[in-house]
Amino acid sequence: MKRFKVFSAVMAAIGTVVLLSGITPAQAADTAQKNLILATTTSTQDSGLLDVLIPIFEKKTGYFVKTIAVGSGQAMTMGQKGEADVLLVHSPAAEKQFMADGCGVDRKLIMHNDFIIVGPPADPAGIKGAKSAAKAYKKIAAPGSIYMSRGDNSGTHSKEKAILKAAGINAEGQKWYQQTGLGMGQTLNVSAEKKAYTLADRGTYLAVKKNLGLDILVEGDAILLNIYHVIGVNPAKWPKVNAAGAKAFSDFMVSKEVQDIIKTFGVDKFGSPLFSPDAGKTVESLGK
Amino acid sequence: MDLIFEGIKQAFFLLLSFDREVIGITWLSLKISGTATFVSLFIGISTGMVVALNDFPGRRLVVSLINTGMGLPPVVVGLFVTIFLWRNGPLGFLEILYTPAAMILAQAIIATPIVTGISLAAIQQLPRNLRLQILALGATRIQMVWILVKEAKLPLLAAVMAGFGGVISEVGASIMVGGNIKGYSRVLTTATVMETSRGNFDIAIALGIILLLLAFVINAILTGIQQRERPR
Repeated sequence: MKRFKVFSAVMAAIGTVVLLSGITPAQAADTAQKNLILATTTSTQDSGLLDVLIPIFEKKTGYFVKTIAVGSGQAMTMGQKGEADVLLVHSPAAEKQFMADGCGVDRKLIMHNDFIIVGPPADPAGIKGAKSAAKAYKKIAAPGSIYMSRGDNSGTHSKEKAILKAAGINAEGQKWYQQTGLGMGQTLNVSAEKKAYTLADRGTYLAVKKNLGLDILVEGDAILLNIYHVIGVNPAKWPKVNAAGAKAFSDFMVSKEVQDIIKTFGVDKFGSPLFSPDAGKTVESLGK
Repeated sequence: MDLIFEGIKQAFFLLLSFDREVIGITWLSLKISGTATFVSLFIGISTGMVVALNDFPGRRLVVSLINTGMGLPPVVVGLFVTIFLWRNGPLGFLEILYTPAAMILAQAIIATPIVTGISLAAIQQLPRNLRLQILALGATRIQMVWILVKEAKLPLLAAVMAGFGGVISEVGASIMVGGNIKGYSRVLTTATVMETSRGNFDIAIALGIILLLLAFVINAILTGIQQRERPR
């Protein structure tokens, strides 16, 4: 009797959840292909670009986009597991591996901006104006400086690893090298508090700059290019993937309308655009 | 310091101007956490009652587990719920990951042990003889349970407040299973995290203040009910 009561209470509770959330299994099946899971890097959300683009896409196509803003690394892991439909990421080396593993289809160049090395205006390591990012890192890698790494396998983190490798620095476990494990915006906040250097994408830096107190110290080196691609998750590998939605999104991102928006996005707020549109170009031609 | 001032100003501005997005986010927070608390009350009070009124082997272990569950870390709950709800996961057929329903589920899992633990303690501290007395007066078992709930009303309302307070302020699980999707699964806590990482500290503070106000209003109402029943 008692057991029955507990059981019915549990059932009533589950019933309440289903009722109140307005989702019955039949409905869910209907709406499944309307939902599109976009796994992306934090920079596209923190800069506000997706807040502009997604509503246009939804209105045009009728898809409902679930934007999950994580680092590029986690976004690609979601893709590998078939838990996302389409990715917008900026970690070219990892992306190539992703494609080689057969996890992705239809990889398209969307836009680029650049990474910058930012730090306290006092610049204790004296890197300001350095032409080479690797050289700047060599100077930071000395006593007295602090460097904040994202440490989260994001696109920014992989770029940092590439620069460290180019500079021949083994940063792991060094005292000057600290990891936040947070997104770009928060890592910038931490760096500002600790008067530390960090690597940031220009878009996020410009978006959060106003309360920050960190200056751009190094920019313009070719290795600092930050390139965004859109990738569909391979439906042959994961049948539940919304392939039609992914295709629609990637076509949308290279459309003239979106590329024009990207070209001017941020001008009103920051005085200069946050990204340069690159649809139809090749990676090799960028930054020249 | 200026920033906090700016945030408070911003909070009142957002509230008084009935900013659509903020009102929507606030309402969603209330709906999700309210439903989750409601669900946890059903499960928590019945489980607490069963454990409090019965002797069985391993009872101490069960009580310890419940008490440990009261400190269940929300992010861990979020992680497990996410893995279960993945479309290729064991409960993937439900297709509720990144929906408010998933957030209700995760929050209910967080709140249930809290409600269970406090209910258990509340019922246990009633004098044992009360039970015998009620039964001796000819009450059925169900009537007895009902009278006990009424007797323990004060601490049980505390359970409601603790459960609700636990989930409305929770962010780790909500952001993982809800995804912080604009206009759909963005609640006060996840919006605060996002605005902080965007460097919009004033808006983040404003959202935090609105969250506190909301929690205060709900708790003031519950406290009102609770203290009306205070034994004199």
